[in-house]
Amino acid sequence: MKQSFNVIIIGGGVVGNAIARELSRFQMTVAVLEKEPDVGMETSCRNSGVLHSGIHYKAGTLRAKLAVKGNSMMDKLCAELKVKIKRIGKLTTALDEDELPGIKRLMDQGTANGVPGLEVLDNAAMRKIQPGVEGIAAVWSPTSAIISPYGLTIALAENAHANGVKYFLRHKVSSITKEADGSFTVMTENGASFSAQVVVNASGLSSGIISGMAGVNEGNHGDSLKIWPCRGEYYVLDKRLDGTIKTLIYPVPGAKDAGLGIHLTPTVDGNILIGPSANYIPVETPEDYKVTAPVLEDLRREGQKLLPELKMSDFIRNFAGNRPKRTPPEEGGNGDFIIEEADGLPGFVNIVGIESPGLTSAPAIAEMVRDIAARHFDLVEKKNFVAERPGFAGHFCDLPKEEQERLVKENPEYGEIICRCEKITKKEIRDAIENPLGARSLVSIKYRARNGMGRCQAGFCTPRIVRMLRDEYGFKPDDYIFREAGSNLFTGNVREGADK
Amino acid sequence: MIREKHDLVIIGGGPAGLAAAVAAKEAGCSDIVLVERDRILGGILNQCIHDGFGLHAFKEALSGPEYADRFIKKVRELQIPVMEKTIVLDLSKDKVLRVSREGEIKEIEAKAVVLAMGCRERTRGALSIPGHRPAGVYTAGTVQNLVNLENIMPGKHVVILGSGDIGLIMARRMTLEGAKVEAVFEVLPYSSGLQRNIRQCLDDYGIPLYLSMTVVDIYGPKGRVEGVTVAKVDEKRRPIAGTERFVPCDTLLLSVGLIPENELTREAEVAIDNITQGADVDDSCMTKIPGVFACGNVLHVHDLVDFVSMEAERAGRNAARYVAGELSEDGAEIAVRPGEGVRYVVPQRIKHGDNVSLAFRVTAPSRDKVIEVRDGDRVLKTRKETRLHPAEMVWVDMGKMDISGISSLEVRVR
Repeated sequence: MKQSFNVIIIGGGVVGNAIARELSRFQMTVAVLEKEPDVGMETSCRNSGVLHSGIHYKAGTLRAKLAVKGNSMMDKLCAELKVKIKRIGKLTTALDEDELPGIKRLMDQGTANGVPGLEVLDNAAMRKIQPGVEGIAAVWSPTSAIISPYGLTIALAENAHANGVKYFLRHKVSSITKEADGSFTVMTENGASFSAQVVVNASGLSSGIISGMAGVNEGNHGDSLKIWPCRGEYYVLDKRLDGTIKTLIYPVPGAKDAGLGIHLTPTVDGNILIGPSANYIPVETPEDYKVTAPVLEDLRREGQKLLPELKMSDFIRNFAGNRPKRTPPEEGGNGDFIIEEADGLPGFVNIVGIESPGLTSAPAIAEMVRDIAARHFDLVEKKNFVAERPGFAGHFCDLPKEEQERLVKENPEYGEIICRCEKITKKEIRDAIENPLGARSLVSIKYRARNGMGRCQAGFCTPRIVRMLRDEYGFKPDDYIFREAGSNLFTGNVREGADK
Repeated sequence: MIREKHDLVIIGGGPAGLAAAVAAKEAGCSDIVLVERDRILGGILNQCIHDGFGLHAFKEALSGPEYADRFIKKVRELQIPVMEKTIVLDLSKDKVLRVSREGEIKEIEAKAVVLAMGCRERTRGALSIPGHRPAGVYTAGTVQNLVNLENIMPGKHVVILGSGDIGLIMARRMTLEGAKVEAVFEVLPYSSGLQRNIRQCLDDYGIPLYLSMTVVDIYGPKGRVEGVTVAKVDEKRRPIAGTERFVPCDTLLLSVGLIPENELTREAEVAIDNITQGADVDDSCMTKIPGVFACGNVLHVHDLVDFVSMEAERAGRNAARYVAGELSEDGAEIAVRPGEGVRYVVPQRIKHGDNVSLAFRVTAPSRDKVIEVRDGDRVLKTRKETRLHPAEMVWVDMGKMDISGISSLEVRVR
């Protein structure tokens, strides 16, 4: 049976969810098709969590415009959705005279892009913001910020869902057909069939393929819609080092660099990230997130250079995230975002090449797509749209003591700690398990509640969550999934009939 | 907020906390509270269903739960109040704890505190093993919990990295439950587990142990481990190119070391020893904060629970003396330092000299050595050892010591 919607969004990353949430303000039917068992499992949750100010992008580009606008929308959005955000600003530092032209270029570019609050600082002024920082000059961009990337992605999705958007997880698109009546038929690998007047391709690393499925690659962009995955590897550092870095510190990037250089990024939860590296990987495996020994070695060296007190025991995890780049390895640098209704295929909206600053730009991209949708529908605002998400931003352990006491009285499950390193309570785990999207993998729970993100890396909480899922939610060994399809955590019971 | 006052609060109801509570009560401390975050007492012993516990303490081979039960019974007999399902949210340096229990957060002001929180396992992240990040990579203790307490089989085709005792015991356990354990790989040129566990858990089951080898890659792009690449390492533990071998498996078990769980300790600003990763203590097990004591695996990682109990009894007894005002805080103390061939010594300081026992670990395996305790050039004690191994903690009893004539102690192996 075919399910019909006004708009189908392919891809449940931060961009797809931002669009879904924006469209959920209006009287129309919207569905998100996501191939993984949860939203945000690819690029959206695998990045530095930085909101960029907009100094790094050429004036007049879509990236520049959307970064500045998206950045300015974030405070309100995060307040509504209860997402952690910290405006800590950024120093882009020149180490010697040779790098001064880079400072001027960024300053001019930022000014042309309308980035607010920019200043050029000398070393003394830099050190007022970040004691001990090296460099002879820096661009200070106070609107640069850090945010929880999974927090935002999931919050957008859950709020969109609360406002009526239908989510189809584990639905990998297999074909897109334009029908005679102008509508699209979208089929998924599990045999489901959908129909929509407007299809939005927000599929990140797959956006070239999805575009090709709709036949758009032969259109106005030709082969430039091809995606070149470029991996960034990271180290996550122990919270022991929380507070060491008070602001974002970046080097002046070379014009041809694929990324912005290996740097230290504080996270909203108190960790520090080292990374990302930038290495192109084969186009056949865009979602290969392996970490590699030589890059880890580089990161370790760079990290210890920037933070000499860093010890091996401070490295609690490593991970990788892949950028969906439009520029091939031999070209390097960055291509501009493509956000447009495809030529010759009205109703098919292509969003291609959203690498950095994709997280920053997401809400601005959503408004652009809303305006494109307005060509096809009368956008009538819903009366019952709820912008606010219930709960509190962050975690129980961050709350003031009085508030903690009150919550524990209200619900004793706030008084039981399941994850000892991050002090995550049973109630928070329960909320994560009972998330509106129905995502139930261990990583889905982790991205929502933050359990297992500490230094013991889930050694302590895994058996406790397993017990909870079995005793209270009826899980069998086959039901426990780590992250994606096929990532079964267990192979069975030790012996049958032995439970209880 | 509710605020209670107690003479002694013991944090942790595992073997260390239980033994400390019993000893403190027997030493005359009447107002004790034992705080345990789990539903039941016993700590990690509850998941250790194999035998071999108590050989020193009780001269018999008990299982973990049986060993714990001996102490739990005593705690009940002595009517020591226990707060189960209670988590300590924070501990301040003036010995005020904030605990959460049964829908209530309250503060406890203690005259003395015994830290007995145990340890945790080193993880893949701490080792920086490259590769994919699939399901099927577990620490040995987590698997022990799942298999022994939750009836869950994490995998069927196992490779073990690290020859720590829990890994060895899980090699046997998984084999008994029908899994195929391919091999144990150890990065060091010697095993890091007890000899008796190598024999009883690997040799008896034909599981090979490969020394000077490690895992250099984890393969599992489809979501579950499909195999690992192992390689030989040189003397600096760096993988040697060209020696890589792929071993198919669905599970990688890590048994690569334990780390004292000192989050609360650090919060209370208790000084920590860089080598042991536990508190810096004197011979009464008192940390540098008066009235705060530490014992068991949170102080330094032990190989045998019998030694944990012994050390915890010392901590409990002295905590009781502290509460009673009988443990002097004044006076000189001398430093205890590891010398040649010794990695660390606990305690790090001697102050009271009542019944001094030095616990230490050697840096490398050796045979026919002499342990020497020295004060400068003056040798205070020697003992011959036919066999020394880093996996096995060594104890030297110094008895009653008058430290007035001693400047410092050094323990060395020669």
